[in-house]
Amino acid sequence: MSTTADAVSVAAAAPRTPSTFQKALKQKRFVVGGVITVLVALFAVFGRFVAPHGQNEVVGTPYSSQGALGTDYLGQDVLSRLMYGGTEILVIALLATVLSTVVGTLIGVVAAYGGGWWDEVIMRLNDVMLAFPQILLSLVVLTAVGQPRAWMLVVLVGLSNAPRTARIARGVALGLVSRDFVHAAEALGEKRSRVIVAEVLPNMNAPLLAEAGLRLTFSIALVAALGFLGFSTDPSAANWGQMIQENRLGLSTQTWSVLAPVLIIGLFTIGTNLTADGIAQVTQRGGDD
Amino acid sequence: MAADTSTLPDALGEVAPPKGRHGAAAWASWVLRRLGLAVLTLWLVSILVFVATTALGDPVRAILGKDYNSDKARVAQLTAQLNLDQSLVTRYFHWLGHLLTGDLGTSIASGGPVSQLITDNVVNTLVLVVISAVVMIPVAFGIAMISTNYRRRRPDTAIQTVLLMLAALPEFVIGILLVAIFSTTVFHWLPAVTIVSPGVHPWNAPKTMIMPVATLVLAVAPYVSRIVRATLLEVLDSDYVELARLKGIPERVVMRKHALLNAIVPGIQVIALQLAWLAGGVVLVEKVFNYPGVGNQLVDSVNNHDVPMVQALSMIIAGVYVVVNLVADLLSILLTPRARTAISA
Amino acid sequence: MSAPAQEPTTTRTTHGIAIEDLRIGLTSRPGVDVVDDIDLVLRPGEVVGLVGESGSGKTTVGTALLGYTRSGAAIERGRILYEDKDVLGLPWQQVRQLRGEEIAYVPQDPAAALNPSIRIGRQIVELMELRGIGTAESRLQGAREGLAEVGLPNDDEFLRRYSHQLSGGQVQRVALAMAFLPKPKVLVLDEPTTGLDVTTQGMVLKTMGELCRTHGVAALYVTHDLAVIANIADRVAVMYAGQVAELADRDTLFRHPSHPYTRALLDSIPHLSQARALRGIPGRTPAPGARPDGCRFNDRCNYAVDECRQGVPELREVGPGHEVRCIRVGEIGSWDISRGTVPDTDPNKPRDIILSIEGLGVFYGHKQVVFDVSFDLGKSEVVALVGESGSGKTTISRAVGGLHKEWTGTIAFEGNQLGHGSRKRSVSDRKRIQYIFQNPYLSLNPRLTIEQIVKRPMELFGVASGRKATERVVELLDQVALGPAVLKYQASRLSGGERQRVAIARALAAEPDVLVCDEITSALDVSVQGSIVELLESLRLSRGISMLFVTHNLALVRSIAARVQILNAGRVVESGSVVEVMDSPKEDYTRRLLANSPAID
Repeated sequence: MSTTADAVSVAAAAPRTPSTFQKALKQKRFVVGGVITVLVALFAVFGRFVAPHGQNEVVGTPYSSQGALGTDYLGQDVLSRLMYGGTEILVIALLATVLSTVVGTLIGVVAAYGGGWWDEVIMRLNDVMLAFPQILLSLVVLTAVGQPRAWMLVVLVGLSNAPRTARIARGVALGLVSRDFVHAAEALGEKRSRVIVAEVLPNMNAPLLAEAGLRLTFSIALVAALGFLGFSTDPSAANWGQMIQENRLGLSTQTWSVLAPVLIIGLFTIGTNLTADGIAQVTQRGGDD
Repeated sequence: MAADTSTLPDALGEVAPPKGRHGAAAWASWVLRRLGLAVLTLWLVSILVFVATTALGDPVRAILGKDYNSDKARVAQLTAQLNLDQSLVTRYFHWLGHLLTGDLGTSIASGGPVSQLITDNVVNTLVLVVISAVVMIPVAFGIAMISTNYRRRRPDTAIQTVLLMLAALPEFVIGILLVAIFSTTVFHWLPAVTIVSPGVHPWNAPKTMIMPVATLVLAVAPYVSRIVRATLLEVLDSDYVELARLKGIPERVVMRKHALLNAIVPGIQVIALQLAWLAGGVVLVEKVFNYPGVGNQLVDSVNNHDVPMVQALSMIIAGVYVVVNLVADLLSILLTPRARTAISA
Repeated sequence: MSAPAQEPTTTRTTHGIAIEDLRIGLTSRPGVDVVDDIDLVLRPGEVVGLVGESGSGKTTVGTALLGYTRSGAAIERGRILYEDKDVLGLPWQQVRQLRGEEIAYVPQDPAAALNPSIRIGRQIVELMELRGIGTAESRLQGAREGLAEVGLPNDDEFLRRYSHQLSGGQVQRVALAMAFLPKPKVLVLDEPTTGLDVTTQGMVLKTMGELCRTHGVAALYVTHDLAVIANIADRVAVMYAGQVAELADRDTLFRHPSHPYTRALLDSIPHLSQARALRGIPGRTPAPGARPDGCRFNDRCNYAVDECRQGVPELREVGPGHEVRCIRVGEIGSWDISRGTVPDTDPNKPRDIILSIEGLGVFYGHKQVVFDVSFDLGKSEVVALVGESGSGKTTISRAVGGLHKEWTGTIAFEGNQLGHGSRKRSVSDRKRIQYIFQNPYLSLNPRLTIEQIVKRPMELFGVASGRKATERVVELLDQVALGPAVLKYQASRLSGGERQRVAIARALAAEPDVLVCDEITSALDVSVQGSIVELLESLRLSRGISMLFVTHNLALVRSIAARVQILNAGRVVESGSVVEVMDSPKEDYTRRLLANSPAID
């Protein structure tokens, strides 16, 4: 059997398949969304270092037109508070997303791989958590707590997102654990943990990333919503969600005091959602739309 | 921003149909099993609600705030009212017992019976949700079908991008934007806030309903539309539709009979999920518009640390969520011939 | 072999259909063609077989007869003449009118062909209903007659069923009935028996043949299976890389194949009556746009000379009704169908048993699917497990391979009892019995490189590690005819045949004594199957490896195995040496299986 003919023909085989990231870069949504997200994130993190005023500094009368975006209900500069107000949201949402992705993936994969009884029990408990509309869980817990601490918010938001990630992860993992290459690893006698880590998880990258992007979008929205309802770690600190509620009454007089935080929250979530969808397009057959 | 519908449960996969019985008996046992699961879920939810509201942190301290240290009498009164001297388990079963007999307890903030306080609001919210759903379904399906018509061309991509952006926006963002545009800044057509006298229902002043409904529709329709479109596309690319074309069947009939039929089931699941989501998402929308519904009331109760109110309202909202999911499961099984025959076999 | 068709009395097609100079290209890549220079005539009452492996373009030609191309492809040139009209030039409303009524189509995948939400009774009459043909009663009557003609029940109960309530064979016959109901003049069948059991396949083919002759239909049967063609076609066109390589009537093609590709193809097909040394064709089928200059087969051809690269050869007539696209016809010698025949394994050869199975019963939960199976496997020997789907052959192989735990009885390897499932077996047992899966597209982890995949068993079983292991990987890849360039590739860059070789290399990496091969060539083209079989045979001889070979293809068994177990519904029906069982079967079931297996010789 000639080996050279095969070697030559194989060398002329299909070009190297690009990584997920490279494929994602081809999707317009991913690029546009990614740029928006990064810009807003940078603004949220570094804005405070270039803010013209402090976040609690009173620069004029309430709802006046002083400053680029006017002043808020206490006379504080809206633009400056805008530059301070995103950090907490971003950090909490990011940490919550990491938490929910890790926990959710673990739950889903173990359920899928374990199968049978494991699967039933785990997913039933998961369904209980899913029965809670996300914001409800947070509200219920916050009833007995006075002023929430940051870690509480991270745990709350993370745990209310985890069940949804678990559902998705389980779905993807189910498709994988019945595949022959996983059976091949088991036939070789690989340890179960190794099978999960080396065979199953690496093949879940793209869908998990897309899901994580989606979780980030929801987490940002949830943290901002909680701020809107008055549940932030520090009532006097600038918080985009809280700013909306604080300045409600000034909607007609100084629209920017409400509109600025509204628009930037909207921009942020649009950015993360477009990015997440861009990644999701990569995993679909031939790209959907 | 709507709940994610990426988690469409596989109704058939969730509960294996029973074996070894026929016809009505098989159906009955399957329905009973699904019901049982729903009840179990609700029971576990009740435990979660109860523990979360009373076992984490000290509700008395939260209610009284600074007065905790000074007003000892009030502390004692509240402790007695909330039965905090008893064990957690006893308290739970007490509460559960009352709940099941219809006694929802007494509000701490206002002192009145919870059931009376919430009745009006429950009705208001139900109306809001139902109207929103009725408007949302044709809108979502319509957009999906239009988009599918132009599949993979410019109009389709443009529509989908707009839908994606709408889907990303949190519902309160949508609400405030609507208020800003239509009430205060640009146009002054609609009232910014729902102001009705107690006892008067909001639908008697229909103008006040327009924006809350519009917000909910804008928050939910994009997701439903995208999923319906995705399903339609998948069906249109399927082998049996291709065969129908090769048989010479006109495209109209292909779309209507072959494609739509198979796309409806996932569509129903999505709609149901969204309706269930509305049960929770309505919270923020009601707050934005100060709509007199359970969502608004819930937020106020949480702010007042009014534990009995929060417990009752949460159970109602969670209950709606579970019931709607159950109905969706049933409907999707009924409409899938494969599942139907699997059950009666 | 069935009787040949009537000799056509006219060359003009008054009915029937003719393809002229057809060229279909890719819309995304101008200048690249999927198929090119296709000329084919179908006469009424005649079955023309269109044969090709994957990538040949045969399905594209088939659907073009209905004026249809998949999205991404477009008809660039050519005519399809039907009743003096050019189908490709008609307005689409008229084309749609033709479809179903005059030119009908039977698809490949039975399950996907029928709409799962509509009852089959309705689907059968759907077309007639839409066209307003007949009345409701006459349509229903026609449907009933049609179902009877294909050997299916036609009572109300059956008509009310949904497609998922029928078996694969029944669905395919419904599709046949559906296609024949409007009495079309032309029928295109796209591999309609792939995936069906041999017995069912036989039935469907017979029915189809009868229907065509009775109704005078011109049929195009698209397939990759030359054995099927040998039994039902009157004329055969062999396609390679988008062009017709050879065209002849059936007997001529099988007795005097003249194109090197046709010959190579026939060399790779096993026969029922005699063992053969199967061969493959080096290289892989080129995709559109990647085809070599000149003759599209020249880079894989044993007879290629420089001129073959200069220009695309024309299809030239070398005999009555026999056309070949090769400039070296006449120079490359004769060919004989019994070429490559080798003697069958001597049934009396002494056997050194290393694997022994006794009283094996296998369960899925409470359900027993394999009953009391006993057989053994000797050193350097191949034992075949043969049966239709549901016979239990794969289940047995999985139990032996350690992939399935629920079994009773004894599986003894060199005298030691094997544990239930791989985790309960000793490392040594796991190492020395290796399993190869059916579908090469699913059995390799897409995220790992070939090097990682083949290296892993070595590391696990302590055969080698680090750089030594990589060297061994290269050696193994060389043995399975893959160059070292693939080390860093991921599986997605390889073809099906190449992936299966990697799977074999992975199995060999553990240095096993027994290979359990579960239908490892069923998902591959026939020439690729030939090369894999060639490889396995060389491994058996050089390393002394024993193999348990699961397949449904009896002809393949003849060429590869020494002993065979015929299975039906979980039980061994007949067992013994291949020569004895296949030449003098004792059981009815075996005889039926042999009779239904399409044979080339």
